[in-house]
Amino acid sequence: MFNWFHRLGSPRTFFAMTSSWHPWLLGLAACVLVGGSVWALLYVPPDYQQGNSVRIMYIHVPAAILAQSGYMMMAGAAIVYLVWRIKLADMAMAAVAPLGASITFLALVTGAIWGKPTWGTWWVWDARLTSTLVLFFLYVGVMALRSAMEGREQAGRACAILSVVGLVNLPIIKYSVDWWYTLHQPASFKLTEKPAMPVEMWLPLLVMVIGYYLFFFTVWFMRLRNEILVREQHTDWVRTWVSDR
Amino acid sequence: MSFFLSSVARDLRVHIRKPSEVLNPLVFFAVVISLFPLGIGPSPEQLSLVAPGIVWVAALLATLMSMDLLFRSDYEDGSLEQVVLSGQSLVVFTLAKVFAHWLIAGLPLVVLMPVVGLVVFLEVDGIWTLALSLLLVSPTLSLVGSIGAALTVGLPRGGLLVTILILPLYVPVLILATAMVQASVSGSDVTGYIYWLLALLLLALALAPLAAGASLQLSVDE
Repeated sequence: MFNWFHRLGSPRTFFAMTSSWHPWLLGLAACVLVGGSVWALLYVPPDYQQGNSVRIMYIHVPAAILAQSGYMMMAGAAIVYLVWRIKLADMAMAAVAPLGASITFLALVTGAIWGKPTWGTWWVWDARLTSTLVLFFLYVGVMALRSAMEGREQAGRACAILSVVGLVNLPIIKYSVDWWYTLHQPASFKLTEKPAMPVEMWLPLLVMVIGYYLFFFTVWFMRLRNEILVREQHTDWVRTWVSDR
Repeated sequence: MSFFLSSVARDLRVHIRKPSEVLNPLVFFAVVISLFPLGIGPSPEQLSLVAPGIVWVAALLATLMSMDLLFRSDYEDGSLEQVVLSGQSLVVFTLAKVFAHWLIAGLPLVVLMPVVGLVVFLEVDGIWTLALSLLLVSPTLSLVGSIGAALTVGLPRGGLLVTILILPLYVPVLILATAMVQASVSGSDVTGYIYWLLALLLLALALAPLAAGASLQLSVDE
């Protein structure tokens, strides 16, 4: 088991292994996403209050879920890198940060688009919106730090420390923002208390969440493979791989 | 312990001999505060409404401005490397640096508070709570900020980057501290807030030096 883990940690082995996974992941992600979108956008009955604008949920909620778990994945890779110094973990971290930031941005934008027809405003300083915004800033900070540092080794360790610090802070931020919201204004809107959804509404949502995850992993692997090629460009195996193409 | 004390004493001496570096963040604080009435309008009702927020945001920015002082000169003149070579714990070193920095940059802000509170028309109760909240929080700010300062110490223009890295982490403190001042102005009990701010301080005291020490180590390793 540990041996397998160790071998997977070598960029070269990982690259070779994922070459065969890659088309499968891509195909699966495309099928689930397209299927889920068609189901959600065409066949789900409109909400009795929100009408057709409820369909934005199927784009927005999976993005918001992934925004948070993307940070968990980044911080997880950071901990692996800090503890075991596995180079692949650093590459995974570098590959996932812009992806997580884009998904968080997508969650913010779709949230604003959904907010306009349902709440009548693009933005409210609601607790969830605010903590998602702060999450976006945390991603941007990690990216800014990486691009500002010159040495790769050093940048990787610095970003890993920052990600872990952010991970410790995220729950504190989340709870303090929740508290701030409840302290300052009565709950005029609440994202959390939707009317309990019937099966024909939440099942496509589940499909979309799975589709988003598959898409996230597919793009992450693509970026990671790219990162491996860039960083290992001076090794023999990358040269032969490139010349074989 | 003796290493801690000698580091603090050395830092205080260095800061006292270069007073302008210490005064600049305070002047910055005063200038930022005085810009708000110009932007919002001079009416006392409006100003006293937003006063806690103004003072707190200015205090956060001033703390971050002074963060650059924390490790940079030590990094540039090589004394940071000497500390690493000497085998002393970087965690203790960070704690000493932060403590000295807080004495020089954090405490003066607390002392300035009554004046600042009057200028933005905060009620007297509010001013005392403001000073108390800053006293409780400014060590937390210095501790968390030290992580950013340590991460960017090797970069030529780290100042702006520190603000991007650290300001999002200040969100909980900002929320709790302004809520505490507003609670005191409206006459409610603030004990709960004090416990919260103390809890955050203890958390930062336990964890931030670890992260900052590791960051210092890596900027020297390079």
